Amino acid sequence: MNTLTSRLSPIVQNLPPSGIRRFFDLANQMEGVISLGVGEPDFVTPWHIREAGIYSLEQGYTSYTSNRGLPELCEQIAVYLQRFGLTYRPQREIFVTIGGSEAIDLALRALVCPGDQVLIPEPTYVSYRPCALLAGAEVVSVPTRAEDAFRLTPELLASRITPRAKVLVLCFPNNPTGSTMNKEELAAIAEVAVRNDLFVISDEIYAELTYGRRHVSIASLPGMRERTIVIGGMSKAYAMTGWRIGYAAGPEDILDAMLKIHQYTILCAPVMAQLAALEALKHGEAEKQKMVHSYDQRRRLMVQGLRDIGLPCHEPQGAFYAFPDIRPTGLSSEAFAERLLTSERVAVVPGNVFGESGEGFVRCSYATSVTQIERALERIRRFVETLR
Amino acid sequence: MLEHRKLEILHILHENSRLSIETMANMLGESPEDVATAIDELERDNIILRYSAVINWDKVESRRVTAVIDVKVTPQREVGFDAIAERIYRFPEVKSVTLMSGTYDLQVIVEGHDIKEAARFVSEKLSTIENVNSTTTHFLLKTYKTDGVIFDERDGDKRLVISP
Repeated sequence: MNTLTSRLSPIVQNLPPSGIRRFFDLANQMEGVISLGVGEPDFVTPWHIREAGIYSLEQGYTSYTSNRGLPELCEQIAVYLQRFGLTYRPQREIFVTIGGSEAIDLALRALVCPGDQVLIPEPTYVSYRPCALLAGAEVVSVPTRAEDAFRLTPELLASRITPRAKVLVLCFPNNPTGSTMNKEELAAIAEVAVRNDLFVISDEIYAELTYGRRHVSIASLPGMRERTIVIGGMSKAYAMTGWRIGYAAGPEDILDAMLKIHQYTILCAPVMAQLAALEALKHGEAEKQKMVHSYDQRRRLMVQGLRDIGLPCHEPQGAFYAFPDIRPTGLSSEAFAERLLTSERVAVVPGNVFGESGEGFVRCSYATSVTQIERALERIRRFVETLR
Repeated sequence: MLEHRKLEILHILHENSRLSIETMANMLGESPEDVATAIDELERDNIILRYSAVINWDKVESRRVTAVIDVKVTPQREVGFDAIAERIYRFPEVKSVTLMSGTYDLQVIVEGHDIKEAARFVSEKLSTIENVNSTTTHFLLKTYKTDGVIFDERDGDKRLVISP
């Protein structure tokens, strides 16, 4: 009997351990692994942005900033959000966070009262559920379906709504499926949200990584601005994951509540990273477009390669993940990923770690070099053929 | 095939000319036949001139020198700089010849086994060509980056093997 553990917070004790952890440990101790399991860009932050970070240190920018973050950065974020038809006042309705992750946590903590239900369409990024549970919420999974290309439909959403439903967490473009939602599809969701008086936390961290279409923010739709918190950041668009700069934008009352938590727990995001983020927003467009172009080529290569192997794969239109259907192999997600790793040394992430409805699928990141993708596909082919 | 697709093929080949036609076709969402045809056309039109490798010669040949020579010339009636440029680029030791704006006219890059050989080329061949007025020779000491490739890149993926 571990008495120390028994005295820990029951919410934390009951949090399920990350499903990725075991695979990480397994893959980490093997040599020669080609990883398609990485959830971040393979690019290093563009030099002009890194150089701005170095310069900020040379200039002695080593102090706190205001809780909201640098005013110029908030202003640039406001300017940036205008491209999605979103208008936020930089000093009242936007603030800078430690990555999008902090903003997710703050939004949930600010909105949830104990016992409120938080609706989480799955498969999705792994942090929403634990953050909601830590905020005292009851989590309601909304499974999406492969036949809808893992988009959320109003029917699926409505079927899970109860009078205690309060918050919907959206993540489109989606990690792990690469799915996006267009304006009409979001409008149908918005209608359900308005009718049921739901708040929406819209994690749009992959907004810049869309292929052949422009990202639409649900906050830009009628009736949604006052009930939506838009979360974004520099990590994916500018290959700045390690800098940890994100932001939240939304109605002043909600943002004020979130800011209260932020000021007591975080104080502010690191100033040098904020200055680098400012450089990214002001002058990073060309480099970003080059990266998006490169992901797009690799996306086609990965999807076609998986289909040629006989693994059905819906067309991912955003982020940098393909989410092939591995059910034709007869294996579960976990078994497929584990056996692929041990027999062919290719790391993918089992779909079920992103929610039960991800079972039967695996996440393959194409944020790795063309040569590595080709080698990985070759190994996956060999592996799948041994199963036949 | 559309012109911008051809341009994309050129960019892909410039980055890595050893990719298979099938891989390129998948990257572009085109058929392998169309990509092969486009490459044939690009070769036929002398847009793709050669497939070669970027090599860090410093690691294999220590006695090899490269000289960059600024050349001032008098352009000639009818042919401008072209005729004199041709007289220079015909020499096999000349690796490149470029017409420049600014304080000199032609930039000539010469490779030799040692400094003497390169110097001999300048004094005996280049300087004696009619209408070559002056030359300034610079020897390359160390190459840090060529054609977008950093030679001493301390690369390697610094990311975690698996992350959410």
